[in-house]
Amino acid sequence: MAREDVLVTADWAEENLDTPGVVFVEVDEDTSAYDSGHIKGAIKLDWKEDLQDPIRRDFVNQEQFSQLLGERGISNDDTVVLYGGNNNWFAAYAYWYFKLYGHQNVKLLDGGRKKWELDARELVTDKPKREATAYVAKPQDDSIRALRDEVVAAIDAKNLIDVRSPDEYAGRLLAPAHLPQEQSQRGGHIPTALSVPWSKAANEDGTFKSNEELREIYVQEAGLDESKPTIAYCRIGERSSHTWFALRELLGYEDVKNYDGSWTEYGSLVGVPIALGDEPGTK
Amino acid sequence: MAADGCGAPAQDTALPASVDIEKETVLTGTVVNEEGESVQGAYVRLLDGSGEFTAEVVTGENGQFRFFAAPGAWTLRALSRFGDATGEVEASLGLNETKLSVSR
Repeated sequence: MAREDVLVTADWAEENLDTPGVVFVEVDEDTSAYDSGHIKGAIKLDWKEDLQDPIRRDFVNQEQFSQLLGERGISNDDTVVLYGGNNNWFAAYAYWYFKLYGHQNVKLLDGGRKKWELDARELVTDKPKREATAYVAKPQDDSIRALRDEVVAAIDAKNLIDVRSPDEYAGRLLAPAHLPQEQSQRGGHIPTALSVPWSKAANEDGTFKSNEELREIYVQEAGLDESKPTIAYCRIGERSSHTWFALRELLGYEDVKNYDGSWTEYGSLVGVPIALGDEPGTK
Repeated sequence: MAADGCGAPAQDTALPASVDIEKETVLTGTVVNEEGESVQGAYVRLLDGSGEFTAEVVTGENGQFRFFAAPGAWTLRALSRFGDATGEVEASLGLNETKLSVSR
C-alpha cells in the first residue's frame, strides 16, 4: 500500500476541500475544538458519544454505526479524511474503527489539527449540512481487533507493543501525565511487551515519520520480529491505534491488531502476569 | 459507561476536586510571548528525564498548562505560532510552577 493511499498532506487537503466525494471528519474526545473552528466543510464525530456504547464497554454495533454515518451524510463510496487534536490519536482510532466496519476509502490527514494550526491554515465555524444517506456497514473485521484472551495467549508468542510512555510502561505512572493518576488497576506492562511509545512514530509537528525511520524504530531499535503477528496496546486503545496505523497502513505488516481493552482492562484482570520496571520481562 | 479516553482535557479550568494535591505532583504554568502576553493554543509537551515524550496539552485562554507527573527531573517544551521554548523543572510533590517564554 502506498503512503498516499492512507495519509494525505495538509496541502492535498487544502486543494480538496470542495472535491465531491471527499468528506472531512474531525474526531476527538473533547469536541469543543471543532465548535471553535474546524477545517471548512468538516463534520465532527465524538469519540465517546458517537463511537462507544453508552452502557457496556464496547463499540457501537454494525447497525448503530450504519445509522450514525447515514445520519451524518457519509456514503459507502465516499473518501473519508479523518483528522483531530491530540496528535491524531482519536482520528487514528476512528480510522481503525472505519476499517473495522469495512469502509473502503479512508485516509488520515498527516499532522492533524496541530500541523494545520501551526501552519496557520484556515479554520471556520460554519457547520456543513449534508444530506442523510443509507449507509451500510460491514460486519466487524476481527483480523484487526485483539480481545483479552488472545492478548494473554500472545505473551512470549507474538510481538506485543506497549505504546504508552516509559513511566506508564514501568508502572511508575498509571495514566498519561496530563491526567490525574488515581486509577483502580495495577501498574506495569504485559510481560514480553516491547516499549515503543507512540510518540516515536511522530515528528514534533504531529506528522508521521518516514517509513525508513519507522522501520529503524520498530525493527532495529525495539526488536520487533517481522515474522510474527503484532498486537499494539496502550491505556485505552487510541494511542495504540496511532501505532497500529504506522505498522499496518504505513509499513504494510499484514497481521497487526489493536487491543482496545488495553491497560485499563489488562491491569484489572485477576490472575494475569504483570511485569514491572523498564525491561520486557519473561512469561 | 464508556471509560474515559486519554485526550488532553481543557487547560483553563480549576483543578478537579478529585485531585489530592498532597499526593499528586502537578507541573503547571503559563506560556507567554516576547511581549509577556499569554499564548492560547500553544502545544506544550512534557519530556521525562531521558528526553522521552510523556504527554502534550494545548494551552487554554490564559496560556495555562498542567501535567500530573511524579517527583523528579522533567523538561517542558512549547511550540506555538510565536515560536518555541524549553524549560527544565525539578519537580516535587504538590504544585510546581513554570513560565515558558516563546520566541523565534
